[in-house]
Amino acid sequence: MTVGNIYRREAFLQNIAQRLGRDVYTTGVVRPMWKYAPQHTVFQGYSQDELLEELKKQCLRIHTTLVETTCHDLAATLKRIVVEHGGGPVVTWDDPRFDEYGLMPLLQEEWPNENVSVHIWDAKLGRKNIEFAEKANVGITFSDITLAESGTVVLFSGNGKGRTVSFLPTTYIAIIPKSTIVPRMTQAASYIHQQIEQGKQVSSCINFITGPSNSADIEMNLVVGVHGPVKATYVVITDR
Amino acid sequence: MAMKISTEEFKERVEKGIHNSFMRGAVAGAQDRLRTRRLEAAAELGNWEEWRALGEQIRQHTLQHLDYYLMQLSENVAKRGGHVFFAQTAEEANEYIRDVIVKKNAKKIVKSKSMVTEEIHMNATLEAVGCEVIETDLGEYILQVDDHDPPSHIIAPALHKNKEQIRDVFREKLGYTKTEKPEELALHAREMLRQEYLTADVGITGCNFAIAESGSITLVTNEGNADLVTALPKTQITVMGMERIVPTFEEMEVLVSLLTRSAVGQKLTSYITVLTGPKDEGDVDGPEEFHLVIVDNGRSAILGTEFQSILQCIRCAACVSVCPVYRHIGGHSYGSIYSGPIGAVLSPLLGGYDDYKELPYASTLCAACTEACPVKIPLHELLLKHRQTIVEREGKAPISEKLAMKAFGLGAASASLYKLGSKLASSAMNPFTVNERISKGPGPLKAWTEIREFPAPGKERFRDWFKNREKGGDE
Repeated sequence: MTVGNIYRREAFLQNIAQRLGRDVYTTGVVRPMWKYAPQHTVFQGYSQDELLEELKKQCLRIHTTLVETTCHDLAATLKRIVVEHGGGPVVTWDDPRFDEYGLMPLLQEEWPNENVSVHIWDAKLGRKNIEFAEKANVGITFSDITLAESGTVVLFSGNGKGRTVSFLPTTYIAIIPKSTIVPRMTQAASYIHQQIEQGKQVSSCINFITGPSNSADIEMNLVVGVHGPVKATYVVITDR
Repeated sequence: MAMKISTEEFKERVEKGIHNSFMRGAVAGAQDRLRTRRLEAAAELGNWEEWRALGEQIRQHTLQHLDYYLMQLSENVAKRGGHVFFAQTAEEANEYIRDVIVKKNAKKIVKSKSMVTEEIHMNATLEAVGCEVIETDLGEYILQVDDHDPPSHIIAPALHKNKEQIRDVFREKLGYTKTEKPEELALHAREMLRQEYLTADVGITGCNFAIAESGSITLVTNEGNADLVTALPKTQITVMGMERIVPTFEEMEVLVSLLTRSAVGQKLTSYITVLTGPKDEGDVDGPEEFHLVIVDNGRSAILGTEFQSILQCIRCAACVSVCPVYRHIGGHSYGSIYSGPIGAVLSPLLGGYDDYKELPYASTLCAACTEACPVKIPLHELLLKHRQTIVEREGKAPISEKLAMKAFGLGAASASLYKLGSKLASSAMNPFTVNERISKGPGPLKAWTEIREFPAPGKERFRDWFKNREKGGDE
């Protein structure tokens, strides 16, 4: 990758250091031990089942339908939800989990045979993918990490996982294996921080998505569905 | 729009605000709702004071080592192929942004909400070179369509408008034909803006928190507009105030939790987006080119002074939502894009006392703001410090206060004059006194008594009462 340019840094940082009454620090600063760590006490020691209960409660507050299903019933459940939301077109990530969870027959045969058009993200097609996503009624992704407290799915972009699959369609469906549920954003942030410490490159886009898009800009009235999806459904797989 | 949003005098702005009964009703209702939600969200955690102490410590540590973290941030952005420009002034920032845009031959720019781009008056610079700049946050979009009406609240910029006014603006400017229902209005904006995202050349965003360890920027929205602004156009420019930075993802997480709870009482907003550099190889959506513009514009002059703690601010507007003065005069009265207590402290620091010397006096010093602040900025103490500075160093106290203090100084400096003055006060005020209250005071008292009464001077002075008592009198 080409390294980017940095302009006018030296004088800028020198001025800051001078205001702080010292020379510029370029190395040697370590984060202190913070006095408090209240973020770690939320849902501490909860089991996956208890976390799922918290997630369900939170979904009631974020205009999001939560559906529980099993690996076995996942395809049928998705089919039903898509019908309930007015059918296709459907756009999905190109993600090995669709195969692992037995969804390829649904995407490649069942839906197309029933005239529900499906577009699986295809990097080779470039920006054409965005056109498909824009026309799609339903976008489907897996959740990489799920936050019980806030009802949030965390999506890491890259390798066939296009950003716009979760933004452009009218309805967004997140598939959530129960094992991905953690107490709150703290655990996701710690995970990413550890990855960086180990020298791994962080995804160019990490989305923390909590229900459908909304706005309260008109007289503080909540309107659900502004620029992103109008409806959101979480499908939790309880046996994975 | 620059930081300064009005050429009228403070008093005239307040006069307008106080007589705008719709605005006052809207502000009061919004404040009540936002405050209740914030308190509920804080109570839910149970240990809110620990969260605040943690937030404060993170912000203070970061500011004390700001040069180090900005160095780390810029290195990491560059490593990922992004470009970083350090702008000492608003002009430098605007020039750089304009040059990028001209080089790209860009015509259409979509923007997500950003206070700092308002502060540096960026839109005007870009419009001057023939670009169309489109605000995509619903509130900002409404204001832009309404001939650039200024924002009146940091997180709810169109708070001062009612839905009928918005409907009329949409009808006049956008050919809107439906009703004043918020759902219909929002749907119309959604449809109008969708096309703009898809056809824009450049996306411009602000930055809630930059993350030094990875060179990332964090954007917090409910609408999802920042995601489309950054996913669709081929060039992304992010503008950040230089203090909007944290060491790692772990601190970002804590501050985002404090921000969303304090701003709107949500555990998290619908979209928290962390972006690092331009798109990766193999990514389809996301920008091909990424520029980060880090803006000083007066901030470094606050470092190392008694006002340094104001740079801890995470722009949640919790202080605005509890302020009794804001409630009555509304956001436009402050004459700055930064309104409420945070605005009353920050605007004079960034914009100077000439324009903003009245703002530190637009406060009752009740400290509700200090109590609400999630990063423990002592806002009411900073307001008091401003007043001290204005009087001591700048000699710019409001004229009536100056006259009164001069007269008091003169009178109090001489024992005989003081005696005479306090003796005469009661009878001098007699013509203005009704039932021991003064409601139409003369001279320096006028401004006070126009809106409330002033107690009349006691008929008997303390000195006389004391003398009498010493002599063995009853009272």
